[in-house]
Amino acid sequence: MAVLKVEGLEKSFGKTQVLRGIGFALEKGEVLSIIGSSGSGKTTLLRCLNFLETADRGRIEVNGETLFDAGQNAGSAADIRRKRLHFGLVFQSFNLFPQYTALENVTLAMDLHTKEAAKQEKRRASKAELQANRARAKELLARVGLENKMDHYPCQLSGGQQQRVAIARALALEPDILCFDEPTSALDPELTGEVLRVIRELKNASTTMIVVTHEMEFARNVSDRVIFMADGVIEEQGTPEEVFGAPKSAKTRAFLQAGQEM
Amino acid sequence: MSFWEVNRQLLDGFGDTCLLFFATLVFSLPLGLVVCFGSMSRFAPLRWLTRTFVWIIRGTPLMLQVIIVFYVPGLAFGIPLDARMPAVIVAFVINYAAYFSEIYRGGIQSIPKGQKEAGQVLGMTDSQIFFKVTLLQVVKRVLAPMSNEIITLVKDTSLARVIAVVELTKSAQDIVAQWGLLWPLFYTGVFYLAFCGILTLLFGAAEKKLAYFGG
Repeated sequence: MAVLKVEGLEKSFGKTQVLRGIGFALEKGEVLSIIGSSGSGKTTLLRCLNFLETADRGRIEVNGETLFDAGQNAGSAADIRRKRLHFGLVFQSFNLFPQYTALENVTLAMDLHTKEAAKQEKRRASKAELQANRARAKELLARVGLENKMDHYPCQLSGGQQQRVAIARALALEPDILCFDEPTSALDPELTGEVLRVIRELKNASTTMIVVTHEMEFARNVSDRVIFMADGVIEEQGTPEEVFGAPKSAKTRAFLQAGQEM
Repeated sequence: MSFWEVNRQLLDGFGDTCLLFFATLVFSLPLGLVVCFGSMSRFAPLRWLTRTFVWIIRGTPLMLQVIIVFYVPGLAFGIPLDARMPAVIVAFVINYAAYFSEIYRGGIQSIPKGQKEAGQVLGMTDSQIFFKVTLLQVVKRVLAPMSNEIITLVKDTSLARVIAVVELTKSAQDIVAQWGLLWPLFYTGVFYLAFCGILTLLFGAAEKKLAYFGG
């Protein structure tokens, strides 16, 4: 069964229609790359999935549960918060919390959720629970290759390291689907490799991922499926071989051509 | 009047200066946050009401506000005019809350939107995001303008003398009037300087303490 099902998603900002009926499905463990030129609606799509924007029309379904239906009431703030946790999002500009160390960035939300759960059972979170969070955060930071940087503040880390902390932070809450919004676009070329390597390793661990990217090589080699977006619609989708090897749409061909000439 | 007697009398006045200073801070720092939230409210009437309030408070002299708070209740409702210090404190608290609210607003609005969004996608509530993510960053950013404003407050306390609160400057003026000595008036500058000097050091230390993180 599909982990994620998106149907007829539409979104306008003022008079500009950014998404014009987006629909796709994603299987568990699949990696989906979304490519397309700037302004094609890729980022808006990710933001709708993460409830940072509210789509005007359409449905979003995760594991058979309808998370979003434009025809229905979105539910309370608490509902939206709970629904958000199905998705993780790694931002283009990292957005780490500057006043916390790498480790604290990863544990912050975990601890808040632990405390909230404890409060609902009318007790306080135990030391052991918080200790477990720390252990898990350390494990995640080690997984992204930062076991030596746990106590560093974001300002002491390179862009690539910051982005890897951000990935660990997103993984900490065990989202069903991890989304990346151009994860390497703010990085110097020599730093993109370390981030892409981490994403590749996540794929090997069967993490379900949606990656909005301009890294064509990466999209081609790592993803199971590729979506090419243009002007707010899915112009073409398929396996990387299909989209990159034998693009059907003229727009796709033009886009890929332009990329090669750069 | 000896040097020590002058000092004693000035210290009496300085006590009232300190009372006014600390009372203003204690009430206006949190009240400023309330005003700030009002001025950023999504509910337009509240936003305009708050901004009009800030405009009026910042657009008229503090001295006039002190006079109004002290005299108007008496003139309008026949309340006897004897609560001088409370009237000054009320006027100062309102005035400084208006200024602080604008500093807070600038600080809060300067935090990148991505910080809030990062908290949101991690399933944090708005209040968790404010207290755990935004607040310390805002504190760091507003420290310099706040130190400016708070140092101004030290010297603004001398306005309380318009309704005969005997703070530092007024107590020196009393000495001038009663004893014909002029130097105690100039000498009050030493008290103000020392007070502001200590505040400058405190703010410097706070800035240093928050220097560990960027942004």
